[in-house]
Amino acid sequence: MTAVAHPQTHTHHEPMSFWRKYIFSTDHKIIGIQFLFVSLFFLLVGGLLAMQIRWQLGFPNTAMPLGTLLPEAMTNAGVILPEYYIQLVTMHGTFMVFFAIMPLLMGVYANFLIPLKIGTHDMAFPRINMWSFWLALLAGLIMVAGFFVPEGAARAGWTMYAPLSARPDLSGASYGQQLWCVSIVVLGLSSVMGSVNYITTVINHRAPGMTWFRMPLSVWALFITAILAVLALPVLQGAAIMLLFDQTIGTHFFDPIAGGQALLWQHLFWFFGHPEVYILILPAMGMVSDIIANGSRKPIFGYHSMVFAIVGIAFLGWIVWGHHMFMSGMNPTLGSTFMVSTLLISVPSAIKVFNWLGTMWRGNIRFTVPMLNAVGFVAMFTIGGLSGVFMAATPVDMHIHDTYFIVAHLHYVLFGGSLFALFAAIPYWFPKMFGRMMHEGIGKVHFWLTMITYNLVFFPMHVLGMGGQMRRLYDPTAYDFLKPQQPINEFITISAFALFAVQLLFLFNFLWSLKRGKKAEQNPWQDNGLEWSLPSPAPHGNWERPPNVYRGPYEFSAPEAGNADFLPQHVKLATDKEPAGRL
Amino acid sequence: MHWWLPPAASTFAGPIDGLFLAIFIITGIALVIVEVGLVWFSVKYRARPGRKAFYTHGSTRAEVIWTAIPAVTVVALGIVSNHYWVQIKGRDSVPPNAYQLGVHVKQFEWQITYPGPDGQLGTGDDFTLRNQMHITVNQPVVVHLTSEDVIHSFYVPQFRIKQDAVPGMTINAWFQATQTGEFEIGCAELCGMGHYKMRARVFVHTPEEFTAWMTQQAAGGSE
Amino acid sequence: MNRRLLGVIGGAFLLAVCTPKDDSTARAAPADRTPVEEMQAGATISGRIKFTGTKPTNPRIDMSEEAACKAKYPAPPTAETVVVNANGTLSNVFVYVKAGLPAGGTYPVPATPVVLDQGGCRYHPHVLGIRVGQNLEILNSDPVLHNIKAKAVKNRPFNVSQPSAGMKTMRTFSAPEVMVALECNVHGWMNAYLGVLPHPFFAVSGTDGSFSIKGLPPGTYTIEAWHEKYGTQTAIVIVAGTAPKTQDFTFAAR
Repeated sequence: MTAVAHPQTHTHHEPMSFWRKYIFSTDHKIIGIQFLFVSLFFLLVGGLLAMQIRWQLGFPNTAMPLGTLLPEAMTNAGVILPEYYIQLVTMHGTFMVFFAIMPLLMGVYANFLIPLKIGTHDMAFPRINMWSFWLALLAGLIMVAGFFVPEGAARAGWTMYAPLSARPDLSGASYGQQLWCVSIVVLGLSSVMGSVNYITTVINHRAPGMTWFRMPLSVWALFITAILAVLALPVLQGAAIMLLFDQTIGTHFFDPIAGGQALLWQHLFWFFGHPEVYILILPAMGMVSDIIANGSRKPIFGYHSMVFAIVGIAFLGWIVWGHHMFMSGMNPTLGSTFMVSTLLISVPSAIKVFNWLGTMWRGNIRFTVPMLNAVGFVAMFTIGGLSGVFMAATPVDMHIHDTYFIVAHLHYVLFGGSLFALFAAIPYWFPKMFGRMMHEGIGKVHFWLTMITYNLVFFPMHVLGMGGQMRRLYDPTAYDFLKPQQPINEFITISAFALFAVQLLFLFNFLWSLKRGKKAEQNPWQDNGLEWSLPSPAPHGNWERPPNVYRGPYEFSAPEAGNADFLPQHVKLATDKEPAGRL
Repeated sequence: MHWWLPPAASTFAGPIDGLFLAIFIITGIALVIVEVGLVWFSVKYRARPGRKAFYTHGSTRAEVIWTAIPAVTVVALGIVSNHYWVQIKGRDSVPPNAYQLGVHVKQFEWQITYPGPDGQLGTGDDFTLRNQMHITVNQPVVVHLTSEDVIHSFYVPQFRIKQDAVPGMTINAWFQATQTGEFEIGCAELCGMGHYKMRARVFVHTPEEFTAWMTQQAAGGSE
Repeated sequence: MNRRLLGVIGGAFLLAVCTPKDDSTARAAPADRTPVEEMQAGATISGRIKFTGTKPTNPRIDMSEEAACKAKYPAPPTAETVVVNANGTLSNVFVYVKAGLPAGGTYPVPATPVVLDQGGCRYHPHVLGIRVGQNLEILNSDPVLHNIKAKAVKNRPFNVSQPSAGMKTMRTFSAPEVMVALECNVHGWMNAYLGVLPHPFFAVSGTDGSFSIKGLPPGTYTIEAWHEKYGTQTAIVIVAGTAPKTQDFTFAAR
């Protein structure tokens, strides 16, 4: 039986006040948990906005339940108004992308996992890290404020195309549009601060023996994503500032009235926007890799290929942005070049899917809730990725651009992909965050019901898009050619209500388990990562002295492990040499 | 109820629908391989007492195979797609005899300017109709898209034609209808609260019908 | 600084700022007459808007793309830009007192709203007047989407939609403005013009081209007549007692 070392825990602080310990904390784990609570709240907000969208699409021009509670600018006798509908689609996308998925992946897991998984006390810049959270929260509140100002929230789609977004006389909203821009600038600041921390910490603070190619794929993904974020967010901030100036001080960057160009906004937005979608998927892929290896009790298949695939996706992600603009009026030759790069980027993603399959092949698979959701991720992300091939082919895109085919694709990768990965990651690292386990039974019911209702909602959207249903339509039945498809819209709406209701199970499980979950042991998943060498929950400062690392993170079922089917990174075997730089 | 693409009514539909089907089959095969693989492995390799997982870090040969096959496939797709893309959207692709229409788009209507009986756009007998496009079957048509205010998008699903109309730009989009009848134009770019009501109709006539209609239009007038 | 003094100054400041302004009741009409009696007792300026020259042909409105509206007309209606009546007069001319009312006059705002109806994809009425602070009730009588875009300059512009029949929206205007253009962006032929005034002395010429402004106290008035195509004309009318005065206007074709 191999000896398992228990590094001492860190206990040398004077007692901190409640405020310094839990509210204005510089501890990366507390900051990660703060991001978790706030982001889950915004995920709920995004979901409620979606429910209203689905109401109008499923039952056009019918009074919505509780609709009469909304002000006159939003509903008339309970019926959603067109100007409110386009606020709903705009803010649903905005909240989900910027305030739910991105912070859930980066704000929560980059913060929580990086120091723990590379073996250090905290981030390189703990105070900047704290500011990163408070700025994100401030940005979220500014965005919410859009609903409460005269004329209401921003309404030009989450993609905020100019000149509609720049001209209040054309959009009908002034303060709401301006607040969107301000919020984005503040959020960008938060992202950049966080990214600087993640990059610096990974480069400089790895424990002795934690070489680059011994880092778990979750850390690789978070690291590469942070590089994407630090380069991409400032582009969006710049564009948002230019848009704000067009809205307020009389510039015309995007308005041809005085020499501006409408397409400039699209180039700037999508130059950010495409790396952004890889920001939204790479951390999910990284965490899923960790969880699938753990669940299969096997090393990840093709670790080096997986790293190169992450880097390849990130690199190629900078040169595909024009595929959002095939129909925009830009030079058609650019359509050809962007098509090439877009088709190529499907290759590293395919490599990853096959490697996950390879990991499960000949494994000894334990279907815990995290493993179920991780396998669900692979199943759903594959659909989302493959549907992307249709739109990469520019002639086909002529028909499906700006239709529900695109909406289906983006929800398969963002919900079927990123959110399922979060449904895996949240229960997986819950014990290390809170010292308790989430309820396994509820988790399994949540997984299966979500898998069913989720596909009932989003798969039929491919059919709607093929039939030509455009995006952001308040009432599809205004078109004769869309009337025959209206039963599909109704079906999707009812399924969506069911899907939302099922998520309340997850919410309940999360909140209930905080206080009443089964107390967690130190390494409940029998995993190899460094974080599992600490008690559950992990203490402030993590280790007294960082551990030494002797091997990679996926040595499951290694012969050296003996009877156990896992071999943690920090466990020293008789045959191991001490790493350089050991303490 | 439509479960597939809308009925085809233009020369573009052949290549586009063909490409769609090809991609559907290719991605369908990939999908089946992955999903069946996931389910099969989940069942076959589920944990049972006494079993141990097979300890391996991967296979270079497998990596090469599943990199090469997708790469070759997408390159082939790209070549075929680009061939049609250039034919449809290339700046030099507009047929020289295409019938010219001005389409000026604004919140929330389509103003379609006809060249009038003399067949020339920009002359005194031009006239403009709101939300009605009349064209001849089997004859190429080129629309000169302009926008008054924000970005809109000209979309006729049965013709498989889509092109954004951008303020400050004049963009040409051509197509050739292959069926007579009535079709709908929809706006495919969010343009404000009336976006969903930007519906216009396309009437595809036989040459005789079109001439009769043009004569009747030149005689009467409407706003 | 002396805290108490600061408190007194601050309190006085707050008192001055927070006291509700009562510009509507400061100097009331003579106590022995109600406002209605006052109006009925005043003088009337009336007249006709004449039209000279060739009557222009108003273009037909093609409502083919809105079947529900087209069905309401036996024959396609024409635009209302220039409505010349059989007796050679002009309808839809907005006539109002531009200057000359007694300083500090106050005129209570009616509680009943002015109704603007959208029926058959037309605004009814095409030209209308409203008081500052009076409710404008916009009604959709069509089973189709209309939006009402008010291109106000002195007032806050607005743009609201009414996707179905029976919907009502209320708006008020806080500043005088002649005229606020109203349009529907879904039906580009729909427009209306709204005059917002701080007093009740305005009228719109009817189907016989006549207008009548009642209840004017004695004074020297500048009366303006506004037409959407032919612009404005003014005239000075002196009101001495309660005897009615006539003032015609003539617009010529261009």
